[in-house]
Amino acid sequence: MTTELAAAELAASGPGVSEPVLSLRDLAVEFAIPGKAFRAVDGVTLDVFRGRTVALVGESGSGKSVTIQSVMRLLKSPARIAAGEILFRGRDGRRRDLARLDEREMRAIRGNDIGLIFQEPMTSLNPLLKVGVQIAQAIRLHRPVSAREAKSEAVQLLRQVEIGDAAERAAQYPHQLSGGMRQRVMIAMALACRPMLLLADEPTTALDVTVQAQILRLLRSLQEQLGMGVLFVTHNLGVVAEIADEVAVMYGGQIVESAPVENLFDRPLHPYTRALLASLPDADAPHRPQRRLAVMPGQVVDPRHMPPGCRFEPRCALAIGACRASPPAIARAAAARTVRCSRWSDA
Amino acid sequence: MIATRSSEALLQVSGLSVHFATRRPWFRSPPPPVRAVHDVSFEVASREIVGLVGESGSGKSTLARAILRLIEATSGSVRFDGVELLGLEGRSLNDMRRGMQVIFQDPFASLNPRMTAGQNIAEGLVLQGQDASAIRAAVADLLQQVGLPGDAANRYPHEFSGGQRQRIGIARALAVHPRLIVADEPVSALDMSIQAQILNLLLDKQEQRGLALLFIGHDLSVIRHFCDRVMVLYLGSIVESGPTEEVFSNPRHPYTRALIDAAPVAHPARRRARSALSGDPPSRISTAAGCAFRSRCAHAIDACSAATPPLRQVTADHLAACIRDGIA
Repeated sequence: MTTELAAAELAASGPGVSEPVLSLRDLAVEFAIPGKAFRAVDGVTLDVFRGRTVALVGESGSGKSVTIQSVMRLLKSPARIAAGEILFRGRDGRRRDLARLDEREMRAIRGNDIGLIFQEPMTSLNPLLKVGVQIAQAIRLHRPVSAREAKSEAVQLLRQVEIGDAAERAAQYPHQLSGGMRQRVMIAMALACRPMLLLADEPTTALDVTVQAQILRLLRSLQEQLGMGVLFVTHNLGVVAEIADEVAVMYGGQIVESAPVENLFDRPLHPYTRALLASLPDADAPHRPQRRLAVMPGQVVDPRHMPPGCRFEPRCALAIGACRASPPAIARAAAARTVRCSRWSDA
Repeated sequence: MIATRSSEALLQVSGLSVHFATRRPWFRSPPPPVRAVHDVSFEVASREIVGLVGESGSGKSTLARAILRLIEATSGSVRFDGVELLGLEGRSLNDMRRGMQVIFQDPFASLNPRMTAGQNIAEGLVLQGQDASAIRAAVADLLQQVGLPGDAANRYPHEFSGGQRQRIGIARALAVHPRLIVADEPVSALDMSIQAQILNLLLDKQEQRGLALLFIGHDLSVIRHFCDRVMVLYLGSIVESGPTEEVFSNPRHPYTRALIDAAPVAHPARRRARSALSGDPPSRISTAAGCAFRSRCAHAIDACSAATPPLRQVTADHLAACIRDGIA
């Protein structure tokens, strides 16, 4: 997505960085259940550049988490990559298609060139190990440093994610830390090997708003320092407004609209994006808002029962016969904007 | 104490506390109880929508459950329609309960999976001893009122989506004609595009039936849209309360200010280089005197640890528990 714009901006900052660190090309993920196979992700194309954050936003069943799991190659049977490419440019400058790597090659990249943070840090931290030890392990898994060096680096990393009394915290177990602190530890682990790309799967969803604000601010400042690309999955458009440079809106396994974040919020083009933004209560409206919200009718599409034409058609106020008959093509609405709707310009 | 509106109050909570005893360690004296809710007083007038907002661990769900007598309060008073609920038992408690119903956050967990949607909705009516044909008619009417098809009555909860299940939960609450509904995070578990549907449905029913709503939430934008008045809960105590618009535009407690500032913006152009509140809420076990918020407060002074600040009047109906002026 937004290839031209981002490329132009980054070309100004010097050669060698204008290539995306991650490019998904027509990615499809299939749940291969005999007789009931369906595609949870269908034809996803997007680019993530270094120093930029792409938010992948969608509701349940939109395919956003499956997309991130397929980049990490963490899909479990019956889910499998059915088509497409996951092109990743690592620290060595080589471009590889992650979709075709075996588990051994993938292990060298996971946690090394690519960091990952999840929604629930408690389930991804080892409850039996002190957090400093866990971070040191992550470092030594990928780099030939001594145990002592790794340990002091771990404390350094805890400091970098703004944990006070880092040395003491390093000697604590996950259950002794608060939720926000655990998410900071997860971020420290993900950054241990200075990844080129950080994948974040709803990292603030389980946190209180005040802690969420801290973590989002931390992620923004770390990205500035480290220049990594970030692919950020969320269901919350407010979080998108806070963190993203570019946005890809997913619905029914497809990206229905992609745009630079300001453009998307200024002028959403896809009827789904428009209806979604209209239905949200506005937290910082200058006046007392209208009590009744604009409502999008119907249910979220079930990936097991996709409509034959446009996947949003059953809920769309603009739908016409043609929308039901065949799926719409991806239209390029502006240099950096795509929209998967045949009627976007009629609205 | 908030005692300005008692004449018209439908629900009157005063000095309500819920303390949980923690386990006594071996050979040591028992630790002080956890003060999940401490000395909370407020009123809800009939047809009023009152929001209760706070972070996890603030005690908002505990407070709701104590009002509904789903857990027992340690002390205080809960009067509904003038009748004291604490201490009420058996039949008279059940009679009073009919007037106040609850909608939970998780529509997946709050419906009986072995009963059809119709049976779930009808349960309260069956307990009232209504006859089968009246119940069938009532269920059909309720399904229509919450926007579900008539054949939904014969299907089981797992056959519905999250939003539809929440509609069933609402129909179930409406069945016994309550005057107050306690809605505990009713849309937090729902998809974005479904939240507005459920909020508007609640609003429709509130208007049509003249219901009072106690709306518990953590999403300030939803609370601001929805509620006439709002109460902010921190570590079991109300730190600020007042008319929604006034509290949002002129918050007087630093914690309220911090909550408003922490809420995600509605447009990227409004991103602010805000002073995000540092730290997480502390544990509730501390019973030391002083303001509970002072450990995270940028404006704390020595006097803040001397005594727990009482709720003070800012304007007639706007109260805040902060001893400092003009800081939030």
